[in-house]
Amino acid sequence: MNEQTQVQSKLNLHPDVKAKVESKKWFYTDTVKEHFFSPKNIFVSDQEAEEYAKNAEGTGMVGSAACGDSMRMWIKVDKKEDKIKELKWQTFGCASAIASTSMLSVMVTENGGIKIDDALKLKPQDIMNRLGGLPNRKFHCSVLGDKALRSAINDHFRKSGQINRIIVEGARIIDVDTKTSDKDIEEAVLEGALTFEDVQKKLKVGISNKAVIPAVEELIRFYKEKYFG
Amino acid sequence: MKEVYLDNAATTKVRTEVKEEIVKYFDEVYGNPGSFHSKGMEAKDAIEDARERVAKILNTKPKEIIFTSGGTESINLALKGLVKAMKDKGNHIITTKIEHHAVLHTCEYLEKYENCEVTYLDVDEYGRVNLKEVESAIKENTILISIMYANNEIGTINNIKEIGKIAQKNNIYVHTDACQAAGSCELDVKALNIDMLTLNGSKIYGPKGVGILYVKTGIQLVPLIHGGGQERNLRSGTENVPAIMGFTKALELAQTEKESEVPRLIKLRDHLINGILKNIPKTFLNGHPKERLANNVNVSILDIEGEALTLYLNEYGIYCSTGSACTSQTLDPSHVVIATGLPYEAAHGSIRFTLGKETTLKDINKVLEVLPGIVEILRKISPINVNVEHMIEARERK
Repeated sequence: MNEQTQVQSKLNLHPDVKAKVESKKWFYTDTVKEHFFSPKNIFVSDQEAEEYAKNAEGTGMVGSAACGDSMRMWIKVDKKEDKIKELKWQTFGCASAIASTSMLSVMVTENGGIKIDDALKLKPQDIMNRLGGLPNRKFHCSVLGDKALRSAINDHFRKSGQINRIIVEGARIIDVDTKTSDKDIEEAVLEGALTFEDVQKKLKVGISNKAVIPAVEELIRFYKEKYFG
Repeated sequence: MKEVYLDNAATTKVRTEVKEEIVKYFDEVYGNPGSFHSKGMEAKDAIEDARERVAKILNTKPKEIIFTSGGTESINLALKGLVKAMKDKGNHIITTKIEHHAVLHTCEYLEKYENCEVTYLDVDEYGRVNLKEVESAIKENTILISIMYANNEIGTINNIKEIGKIAQKNNIYVHTDACQAAGSCELDVKALNIDMLTLNGSKIYGPKGVGILYVKTGIQLVPLIHGGGQERNLRSGTENVPAIMGFTKALELAQTEKESEVPRLIKLRDHLINGILKNIPKTFLNGHPKERLANNVNVSILDIEGEALTLYLNEYGIYCSTGSACTSQTLDPSHVVIATGLPYEAAHGSIRFTLGKETTLKDINKVLEVLPGIVEILRKISPINVNVEHMIEARERK
């Protein structure tokens, strides 16, 4: 069933308008829906969840329910080949958060599993492309997936003594008064604050410390281009 | 698949009687009420008749009814219009944290551009305003109290009558946004002690894009829209005759049917609330159990997120809404549920069903039949397991 086509046929939209509506991608793609309604690589039973809790080589968790999105991941690793063989996940969040975690789990485990070094290179954009796109405002959901994966891989590195491979995601403080970091600005942009005014509203950055405004604006531009093109 | 529309607080379907009425004013009585000839006079007579009928329902005079383009415009006219007219007398407004954005964002505008001071009152865990707090918020420069009659999200009904009394006693004007209350509450402005009242068509099975502002005689407002001087110079622009006639018809029908419709809706509402709370663990009601709109059900379902839930229900042809951040433009959860002291975790899982005149027991049972299974699926893939007691305690601390 394609709801989008149904709605549009009901409204009898002009072709130009129809193209515009489609390019805005307000509706979820069929791939998103498929992964939302039939999520892949989830626990099929409590026993399986317990087995993973005991035997997974790495687990990772990001987000919180208070923020509206939270994810947990378990990976099983083929140490000889340095590949992720299996990935299971749980997600609290909207349809796109659920669908993007499900898609990520497929990308990591398909064709016999992915090399850890390649897994570390996975970007939100890659997940989104495989999903056929997400509404702009929903983009931040897919960012959590790759973060959760990196956190699980780091856990694996830690447990297997590969300390030198752990990737620390450093944050750089931009505004010392408000302790705002580049990561905070990245998050704000992902949440839809695309102008300095909007970011300031969210983070209170640059109010007492006006000298940092140009640096903040530059970061907003950078992340805006990175995520929204 | 039979569609179950449970989003009547967002908007209602236009009822047949209203549709027929509207068509008449497109086809036959199509004149401009401002024209001098018969075609114009007939349209003028029609809207004056409508004004009288609306006034009768509100127990007031026809000249106190201003037709507008809807609730948002009425609110803007009431607030901005009064502030501009009373510039020399004061600049303080009292409102609440749970108002519709039409009020909240207008107040923010007035703070920014009109040098106004606004007090945003807290509400209790049920979403009610404390009358003592209303009174103690009054200052020398207070010109207006604007408090909504019934809340659109959690359905809580405020004691507008008493708020009106407090305002009268202190010689302050009071406006109420009654858009959601129109279908089930008292609308007699004299009994309510109200100076200005906003209604709109799209919540009472009338057309969208039409509403009224009741303005008590003696209140000066500066118009927002200038032009031909229609609506006692308060709202220029050729009157939207079909919409005005449709609105009036819808309001009349809602009033006539209130007596039988309200008890029917309350029965269905409570059946849905009790069914959810009994059959789905870790759920609780938002808003007041009794002082609530006859058609409003708002519950929080813990450990899952409202947008995902709404999308699942949509697959079953059930249409409802959520206070979750994921469906808002700002990605912030509903300001209303947050104001009742609900932690963010629970706000993301809040879901609203608003019943309507076409809602049947069968519809409600369909929701009760499919909802537990959907919740189970989403909970199975959720890593969250919050303590329901903590959520309720947090709210009770309010």
